[in-house]
Amino acid sequence: MASVSQLQRQFVEYTTSLYNEGYLDDQFTQLQKLQDESNPDFVVEVVSLFFEDSEKLLNNLATALQQKIVDYKQVDSHVHQFKGSSSSIGAQRVTNVCVHFRNYCEEKNLDGCLRCLQQVKHEYILVRNKLEALFRLEQQILQAGGSIPMME
Amino acid sequence: MGVIAIQETPLHVLAVDDSNIDRKLIERLLKTYSYHVTAVDSGSKALEFLGLQDVENFQSFSSNQETDVNLIITDYCMPGMTGFELLRKIKESKSLKDIPVVIMSSDNIPARISRCLEEGAQEFFLKPVRLSDVDKLRPYLSKNERKTTNDDDDDDNDDGDDDVEGWSDEDEQGRSDEDERGQAVSMDQSS
Repeated sequence: MASVSQLQRQFVEYTTSLYNEGYLDDQFTQLQKLQDESNPDFVVEVVSLFFEDSEKLLNNLATALQQKIVDYKQVDSHVHQFKGSSSSIGAQRVTNVCVHFRNYCEEKNLDGCLRCLQQVKHEYILVRNKLEALFRLEQQILQAGGSIPMME
Repeated sequence: MGVIAIQETPLHVLAVDDSNIDRKLIERLLKTYSYHVTAVDSGSKALEFLGLQDVENFQSFSSNQETDVNLIITDYCMPGMTGFELLRKIKESKSLKDIPVVIMSSDNIPARISRCLEEGAQEFFLKPVRLSDVDKLRPYLSKNERKTTNDDDDDDNDDGDDDVEGWSDEDEQGRSDEDERGQAVSMDQSS
């Protein structure tokens, strides 16, 4: 059974790697700063909204790109939303794919769009898994009686 | 017309954004300053809340109700009515035109920014909005700002003059010192 300080060290290392590998950017830190005693679950709440939204957007995107005649404005509108929500939580890699995705929408490039859809789905799943792991680690620390280290 | 020394009711901000995540975020940001926040998901809901009747699409002559909203912060890109259209309707309304309006956008498009500022927006924030942005709202939300439809007060604070001391880290040109994200200009010294 890991000690509190081991868990805390794991937390710090894991979080640092997420920033270094570009999964998360400073916006995620901003979210953490907004969490306090009167808003103790703020980050999890916002991220959960992001997960829900993203699943819907991915479905909508798949459907839109499967149409016989693709409505690229509609596709772009979904990607714009995805770009916004990912940027709001600091999911940088997802946001970056969305930028390229929008370019393909503008060009009405179906292949490009389909590739970006795969990519954005992939990046979303990665960041979702990592955030879930991070939250689990936080829970472990709290349950062991420790506090979550503040990252800078 | 004396200045009231003790603020009893918190200042009221109306936030407009079709994204539930961004609504939650802006609400939380605003609440760190103890503002009272109402968040709606569309321009039309915002106008309804502000008391404009839907007479031929919100072209009412005047509102009977006095709204207690001190500031409106709205997203630019929204389905239906955009933030720009909302801004315009507010500025065209006798009862609402003096309420400061701030626009938020995830896209950094200079032409869009100037259009909004020219139309009367006080600030333009790039998303994701941060605490340092919300900090810039303070001069628009000082207690002397509250105006009613009958208020002839020619106190002209709504172009954001710096009469509140020490509230900003910005230099004279209105540039913020924070910025590796290329945050858009806030022209609080509009001419």
